[in-house]
Amino acid sequence: MSAPSLTPSRAARSRNPQPRQGSPEAPGGTFARNLRRNLTAHAFLIGAVVCFALFSWYPMVREFLLAFQKTESGRTVWVGLDNFTTVFNDPAFWQAWGNTLWFTTLALVLGFAVPFVLAITINEFRHGKGYLRLLVYLPVMLPPVAGVLLFQYLYDPGYGLLNELLGLLRLPEQQWLQDADIAMFSLVVASTWMNMGGATLIYLAALQGIPGELYEAAELDGAGLLRRIWHVTIPQTRLILSLMFLMQIIATMQVFVEPFLLTGGAGPEGSTTTVVYLIYQYAFNFNNYGAAAALGLLLLVLLAGFSAAYAKLSRSEDA
Amino acid sequence: MSTRTLISPAVLARRRGKRLYWSAFALVTGGFTLVFLGPLYWLVSSGFKDTQEVVRTPPTLVPESFTPENYSRAWEVMDLSSLLFNTFYYAFGALAFQLVLDVAAAYSLSKLRPVLGKAILGMMLVTLMIPATVLVVPQYLTVLDVPVVERNLLNTPWAIWLPSVTNAFNIFLLKRFFDSIPRELLDAASMDGASPTRILWSIVLPISRPILGVVSIFAVVGVWKDFLWPMLTLPDPAKQTLNVGIYSLSNGVPVNVLIAALTIASLPTLLVFLVFQRNIMGGLTAGGLKG
Repeated sequence: MSAPSLTPSRAARSRNPQPRQGSPEAPGGTFARNLRRNLTAHAFLIGAVVCFALFSWYPMVREFLLAFQKTESGRTVWVGLDNFTTVFNDPAFWQAWGNTLWFTTLALVLGFAVPFVLAITINEFRHGKGYLRLLVYLPVMLPPVAGVLLFQYLYDPGYGLLNELLGLLRLPEQQWLQDADIAMFSLVVASTWMNMGGATLIYLAALQGIPGELYEAAELDGAGLLRRIWHVTIPQTRLILSLMFLMQIIATMQVFVEPFLLTGGAGPEGSTTTVVYLIYQYAFNFNNYGAAAALGLLLLVLLAGFSAAYAKLSRSEDA
Repeated sequence: MSTRTLISPAVLARRRGKRLYWSAFALVTGGFTLVFLGPLYWLVSSGFKDTQEVVRTPPTLVPESFTPENYSRAWEVMDLSSLLFNTFYYAFGALAFQLVLDVAAAYSLSKLRPVLGKAILGMMLVTLMIPATVLVVPQYLTVLDVPVVERNLLNTPWAIWLPSVTNAFNIFLLKRFFDSIPRELLDAASMDGASPTRILWSIVLPISRPILGVVSIFAVVGVWKDFLWPMLTLPDPAKQTLNVGIYSLSNGVPVNVLIAALTIASLPTLLVFLVFQRNIMGGLTAGGLKG
């Protein structure tokens, strides 16, 4: 390969492909060169593309097909909306959606607000920031089994640390995971403890980008602490806040591990059956892939809306 | 030289401000330690207690009965060595696959710019919009019978390694980093006759070490933390990961032994975190949003 002239650069040339002058030695001309360049480029891509095709793109199509199919004695037949009817008529259907929404709501209240408050608090300190950050992120690094089973002991009605704590405060003991009314709440607390480190760090980074003059100006105008948060901190971090809000919805609506490990999935009186747990049951306990796919498709349609909003917002952040 | 935050330095400089600052600091530091480190301390210390003490109320803060045998029993009964080995094997295999295939793809999309490259990138990014759990069922069916080659990957490491490559977020992160490498640098190399592979190896990769570190840590931690997928695709107890193996044995062993096992299972990722915390924290905030 030879480079006849130093200008224009190869990059500029490939951006606006003009007939190349004075390079009679290019074998086969522009077409062959382009072909070779493309073959190399595609060779670099092929591994990832094959994986995507097998484990992302094909499953996406298949999910859609499965929802309208059934396998009867080894043969695949189209059943129209039958799978959806099955799913809709399942008494667990509405309960699962209700539980999932309840989990998401609680997780938004706790998992969205608490990390923000923690981040604001940490950001105010001049000392020990690194230590505090480290602490908040520590649980994120635990394997989920360790985190979840740890909470099983903390919640234990007999010797659990949490009831011990309530006893010290002279509050009545709770059946954390066995009481249908608060089982979901217990799951959210565990889940928040395990996962909020990431959000806290992201908020911290956002807070550090707020220009100090804004606080100064607000203070001169007589704004107290809360009003400074309301009129400076929140508007300045609005984009990150709304992105995290959407992320949180998308993530928590897919909750599976916490109910599966802490309450065996369904929980007392089905109070912790979530949509994804129901999908899991259809597919892997009842071998009804059609119904699982139909339910999955409903979840997908709902969450794709949030995902699209998220993509749009994060693009506006880049701009 | 920190910029001012919510509370002005003038207020903090006053006596009352100072006193308030330090009491708030003590309160918060203590509270954080209790809430985030407390349960971990309880995990480690309960691993040393004997069967009666671990369920005693009120619980003991310092183990009275020191039984480190729990740890060795957990190691043997739950066969932690092979669970650990499996998890390492899957995690570092996934890391290798992601580093080779995702880096190559991102490099191609960023610098070689093939025909249809934009469309391929777009299709990769679309997968970020699909909730992961929705695809578990069709992905599982794919693992049972991979199209074209018609192989069953159940109970093989491929079931973990290959899907881990489909990480559009990694590719996006890498591509953005590669985009920021000045073209002139690569042009100069290519004029000197360096092939694309050579350019990737000798110029792009050395510059990209920070982002490669971040991607690597996330790749390993991702496999280490996954639960549902390995539970479905690795049903053979001898091939399971720590998460799944400990879960499936958790009902049969005494509480203190199980707690010891959980402590052992937590150590590797906690150590990785403590060693690489700077990179992880930086990656979290620089690389965009991943909670």
